[in-house]
Amino acid sequence: MADHIDVAQGLPANPEKATLEGKNKFLGMWVFLGGETVMFATFFGTFLGLRKGTVGGPTAEDLFSLPLVFIMTMILLTSSLTSVLGILAMKRNNFKTLRTCMLLTVLLGFGFVGFEVYEFYHYYHEGLGYTTSAFASSFYTLVGLHGCHVLFGLGWIITLLARYWNAGGVTLANAPKFYSASLYWHFIDVVWVFIFTVVYLLSVGGA
Amino acid sequence: MATATMTAKKEKSVLWDWLTTVDHKKLAILYLVAGTLFFVKAGVMALFIRIQLMIPENDFMTGQVFNELITMHGTIMLFLAVTPLIFGFMNFAIPLQIGARDVAFPFINALGFWIFFFGGLLLSVSWFFGGAPDAGWTAYVPLSTREFAGSGMDFYALGLQVSGFGTLISAINFIVTIINMRAPGMTMMRMPLFCWTGLVTSILIVFAFTPLAAGLALLMLDRIFSGQFFLPDMGGNAILWAHIFWIFGHPEVYILVLPAFGIISEVVPAFSHKRLFGYTAMVFATIVIAFLSFMVWVHHMFTIGIGPITNSVFALATMTIAVPTGIKIFNWLFTMWGGKLVFNTAMLCAASFVPTFVLGGITGVMLSMAPVDYLYHDTYFVVAHFHYIIVGGIVFGLLAGLYYWYPKMFGHKLNETLGKIMFWSLYIGFHLTFFIQHILGLIGMQRRVYTYLGGQGFDMMNLVSSIGSFVMGAAIVVLVINIVYSAYTSERITVRDPWDARTLEWSTPTPIPEYNFAQTPQVRSLDPWFYEKVHGDGTMKPAEPMGDIHMPNGSILPFMIGLGLFIWGFGMIMLNMDNPIIPPAIVIGVGFVITFGMMVLHSKEDHGYHIPVDEVKKIEKGVG
Ligand code: HEM
Ligand SMILES: [Cu+2]
Repeated sequence: MADHIDVAQGLPANPEKATLEGKNKFLGMWVFLGGETVMFATFFGTFLGLRKGTVGGPTAEDLFSLPLVFIMTMILLTSSLTSVLGILAMKRNNFKTLRTCMLLTVLLGFGFVGFEVYEFYHYYHEGLGYTTSAFASSFYTLVGLHGCHVLFGLGWIITLLARYWNAGGVTLANAPKFYSASLYWHFIDVVWVFIFTVVYLLSVGGA
Repeated sequence: MATATMTAKKEKSVLWDWLTTVDHKKLAILYLVAGTLFFVKAGVMALFIRIQLMIPENDFMTGQVFNELITMHGTIMLFLAVTPLIFGFMNFAIPLQIGARDVAFPFINALGFWIFFFGGLLLSVSWFFGGAPDAGWTAYVPLSTREFAGSGMDFYALGLQVSGFGTLISAINFIVTIINMRAPGMTMMRMPLFCWTGLVTSILIVFAFTPLAAGLALLMLDRIFSGQFFLPDMGGNAILWAHIFWIFGHPEVYILVLPAFGIISEVVPAFSHKRLFGYTAMVFATIVIAFLSFMVWVHHMFTIGIGPITNSVFALATMTIAVPTGIKIFNWLFTMWGGKLVFNTAMLCAASFVPTFVLGGITGVMLSMAPVDYLYHDTYFVVAHFHYIIVGGIVFGLLAGLYYWYPKMFGHKLNETLGKIMFWSLYIGFHLTFFIQHILGLIGMQRRVYTYLGGQGFDMMNLVSSIGSFVMGAAIVVLVINIVYSAYTSERITVRDPWDARTLEWSTPTPIPEYNFAQTPQVRSLDPWFYEKVHGDGTMKPAEPMGDIHMPNGSILPFMIGLGLFIWGFGMIMLNMDNPIIPPAIVIGVGFVITFGMMVLHSKEDHGYHIPVDEVKKIEKGVG
């Protein structure tokens, strides 16, 4: 079928979508992210509905500190940038740069997770346990679910890096894989932007 | 990839072959078998429910067992019986109807099946660990919280979570298959209606099963980790669950019924020997129904007290669904109008679907009027309503599909005499069971209550309803007998097209070779196979020369991932068991490692194998 692509003259311009398999992955990934969006929307709705339900426990204004969240946002946005640079390198058939950029993405991702663990630990010691109030449960669930997505994305990219570290070059088989992983990574980033606005800014801003 | 060298298939044992298959035709059969088993199980539960309700103040079972049975009956029928049966037909027919060799992601296809299957298993083992879920298939809080419901609801939350994930990824696979894998010339507006409804159903699954996943996660966190989502005195909100559930729940009913519409739209033209009337309107109506199905969920919550404005808006939105549905009904009638009608079993099921479904639709519009819904709500009127849709619509649609595609799937037809006996007894039994429940509901019999006092005018009607359910049970027994009997006595089919039908799946040889089409067909019109029979020489024109055919390798990983998720889910449930023999953390860990370990293994590139062109020619001669 359509997977007989002649690569003797070099890779085609968009190696991630050159084969039918790649096209399928590309579309499938988008549809999957569409579903994920609705799932996150449900958790956002839950948080918005329950965020005033603090029943005397710590409130958002008591806890959230914007500088910390700002640093986390910056780290995650930068990691998205490095993954874009990686994909651009991939389209130029520059495997080494792809590798390095993805590695940077992973490191930044771990940095983000580290801050998040610290953040949760801190809130916990301020008296916000998971079962303290509806606000607490819905906050930890939404942000924690995002954290789990980050961890899953990290596992994914690490697996790809380990699998292809010595692949020697971009191929029509590995390009779609890196591309899907980076798409997923962007999605996580976008969700975080919404969390930053809806969870932190809205609460601290007094809305 | 051209570098793959493995050519000949290794000899595999039959069991291993089925566990590792990624062939959409075999997965279809797996779906059908699993769906049928769950269907029979839930059907037997329904019979027990009807025995309990046959006479007033019956003590055949306790209220607790009754609650468990109605919960499991509804949950299994919707998630584990009808959904896989639909997926079975979609898996079988869609790739063939669009002229593809396989689905877009054969591996994901197998993965979806096994995850669904193990999720269903997880739900089913609840009986052995402290009782089945008992808060109704809608699992309303606070009834379903730890305070009021036993460990059964943990199995509900995790079992549905796992099986729902399988359903979700299968749906993604169908969407990509239909959009990317169509044969040359098979434009969207030349696709058979079953493909269209399959596509739209899959899209609905992607947008409706994900809120369900979120809701089930909340319920699970609430029950297992004492989250505080639903308790008002902890700042929570009990209505939240109802909203999330019905945002999923209403689209779900269309997820189930749209493929049945699709089957009817295949069977009716085939046996009217006419093209489907108003094809474009049918496609349009399907899309409109799907769109509207997301805007009506509050009609399940009229009596919760959200307020008159909201109730009115949702009442109106609900009524508008009658318009596209009406379009469909008339199109089926006009398709039959003036056709050369053949009333075999498939056509009988398809044709009887139309009036039964209309009855269900009419009671639906009655229920959508918010003020009177205060009278109907939670009575047998509702039970009658959704069974007219579900049994009268979906089950008859599925049966029509079974009789229609059976020869292509298994190489012989089902016996017609037994088929007609099954049809008539099911049809009569169904109306006997459920028509009278309208009246029971109107005179005030409540649903989900395990018994009733005599002398309120309920006795006779309940007896009739129970007798009807036994007739339905007998009809299903006749179907099973038919399947076994036909396997031994029915004449083998060797022709491509035993029904003189219209769509591409009938252009393939029977039995269908593994690769479906030796050469991808060139599609020239709607109903392409019929077009070639009339305007061409009766064979499909090839769109490509004969060549090596690329096939995916089978894999045991889907099965293992399903198993891993089962173990993980079971471990989560063990967290709240009184005396787990093994520490739950270990079980959770094992499940986790199996699941993700298999995913890492899967990241290895697997290019499949090629069937060389000589081999293809030989196979084609053998079946030709
Ligand atoms: C042999 C055929 C069937 C019989 C005799 C039957 C009978 C019943 C009965 C007696 C109830 C309990 C009503 C109550 O008191 O709440 C019920 C509920 C239900 N049934 Fe069926 N049923 C049949 C087929 C089906 C099928 C094919 C489906 C789905 C595809 C289905 C889906 C449901 C659902 C969703 C409920 C609601 C459960 C609840 O609200 O707790 N039924 N059925
Ligand atoms: Cu509804």
